[in-house]
Amino acid sequence: MKRIAVALLSCALLAVTNAPASAERLVTSLSTHQVLVSSNFTGTEVVLFGSIEHDGAPVRRRGGYSLVVTVVGPREDMVVRRKARVFGIWTNAQSQTFLKAPSYLAVLSNRPLDQIAPPETLRRLDVGMNIVPLPQLAAGIRSSDETFRDELIRLRKQKHLYVEDANGVTFLTPDLFRANIRLPAEAPVGSYEVEVRLFAENTSLARETSALEVVKVGVEQFLATAARDHGFLYGLATALLALLTGWLASIIFRRD
Amino acid sequence: MQIYLPIAELPVNIFLLLGMGLAVGFISGMFGIGGGFLMTPLLIFIGVLPSVAVASVAPHIAASSASSAISYWRRNAIDVPLAMMLLVGGTVGTASGVWLFTLLRSADQLDLIIALSYLILLSAVGGLMVTEAVRAIVRSYQGHPVVLRRPGSHTWIHGLPFKIRFKRSKIYVSAIPVLGIGFIIGFLGALMGIGGGFLLVPMLIYFLRVPTATVIGTSTALTLVTMAAATVMHAAANHLVDAMLALILMVGGVIGAQFGARAGQSMKAERLRLLLGMLVLGVGVRFALELLVQPGQLFSIRVIGGGA
Repeated sequence: MKRIAVALLSCALLAVTNAPASAERLVTSLSTHQVLVSSNFTGTEVVLFGSIEHDGAPVRRRGGYSLVVTVVGPREDMVVRRKARVFGIWTNAQSQTFLKAPSYLAVLSNRPLDQIAPPETLRRLDVGMNIVPLPQLAAGIRSSDETFRDELIRLRKQKHLYVEDANGVTFLTPDLFRANIRLPAEAPVGSYEVEVRLFAENTSLARETSALEVVKVGVEQFLATAARDHGFLYGLATALLALLTGWLASIIFRRD
Repeated sequence: MQIYLPIAELPVNIFLLLGMGLAVGFISGMFGIGGGFLMTPLLIFIGVLPSVAVASVAPHIAASSASSAISYWRRNAIDVPLAMMLLVGGTVGTASGVWLFTLLRSADQLDLIIALSYLILLSAVGGLMVTEAVRAIVRSYQGHPVVLRRPGSHTWIHGLPFKIRFKRSKIYVSAIPVLGIGFIIGFLGALMGIGGGFLLVPMLIYFLRVPTATVIGTSTALTLVTMAAATVMHAAANHLVDAMLALILMVGGVIGAQFGARAGQSMKAERLRLLLGMLVLGVGVRFALELLVQPGQLFSIRVIGGGA
């Protein structure tokens, strides 16, 4: 009973300390909401602009404002495998499955995350690499061993599919900011969630979300859909294309 | 210029692909082979998934064997009944190869099996070819004429029942080894992304005593059909054929093959066999290193499906 009372009290206290939080609002805009992937797609950059709006007179925040922009690509189930020596041959041995891991993840901020808020707060708010789920051992059971998770993050970072940049958000004026979201050529198609969070004094003050769509267009889209939905016809067409190419070559280079 | 491959889901330089097509085409024209055993490993090496590489090389080989099959056809160098008979085995083999491919893929063991098959097959065949060619070269230096085993020296294969006469090749052999050879080539072709020309030609010569006049033409005809069938089956069963990738490769391939054929004509046969043997052995060794040396990257990620 006493414990519940303490919990309630601390909640109330939190609410009181958070009360001025409603004083700030975020207004953001993306340079584009749709990224088109065509055959010459080599990656692109989407710019996010935003400003901090104040209800009434601006409140002086100790330590100034901090911003974290999180971009999460379409979620995919992934398997991370570790090679080991089996009978003298290096082969995939152990593996761990990550359900609904982001295929793309960018965490951009204007200062290192550990200076923005305590780790527990970040974890609770799902900010930073905390978004990457823990591996699934069996249905509903999650492992606490983070070796494979660390490797997942490292490998994705190598391919620029996961990005962590503590200088990724720049303040143009005290209230106006911009962030460059870099999408590499391998960025998967689908819808991306963009979340902007405003922090000050170790707490989250405001949150704003928007979305971004990466779509394949042109021949790529046509081929990818055809291959998936009409495999047999697609194969037949590819085989005919091969015969045609061979036939053309035999005519062009005919020597007898 | 970068181009995005829709099925491989990878941006690659189009000139790199064209260059690979040209180089492999050159080699295939020079030796009269499809070149799949070089192209598939090269694709894997530039980052294409082994499964996509195997499936997409099939149309590439189909195209290059189509152009040479047509020119052999004009020269009446294809034994049609023999090719048909081989094809019966070849089609069954291709279907079984695609079936095993699908099975291994779902069991997550495909990449390992592809690498192991390359290692074993190419090291063995390459080793045999090199020793045979070196022996032939040494003999010709010693002044002995190069003696090919004459048809007529019968083996146990000629004792098998269900004999059929193939008039064009002037051979009288059992249907069993013909079907068997077709099956093996179709099976390995679908599983490993190879046309199998470098296996098929020696098999036809040594086991069936097919004469030089028809052996390459007939082998090309078989490769053409098994690879076209493999393209359709891989596309239908696994959705892994990248038409964009295949098209670029085949354009480079058919052009390269023309120059290769000219280069090949000016070389001695046993020298050609030695070179080819070394090439085959080299690819085998490359796979051996991959499997036996501790990889720099122990961890790998594979996406197994959309989460939401």
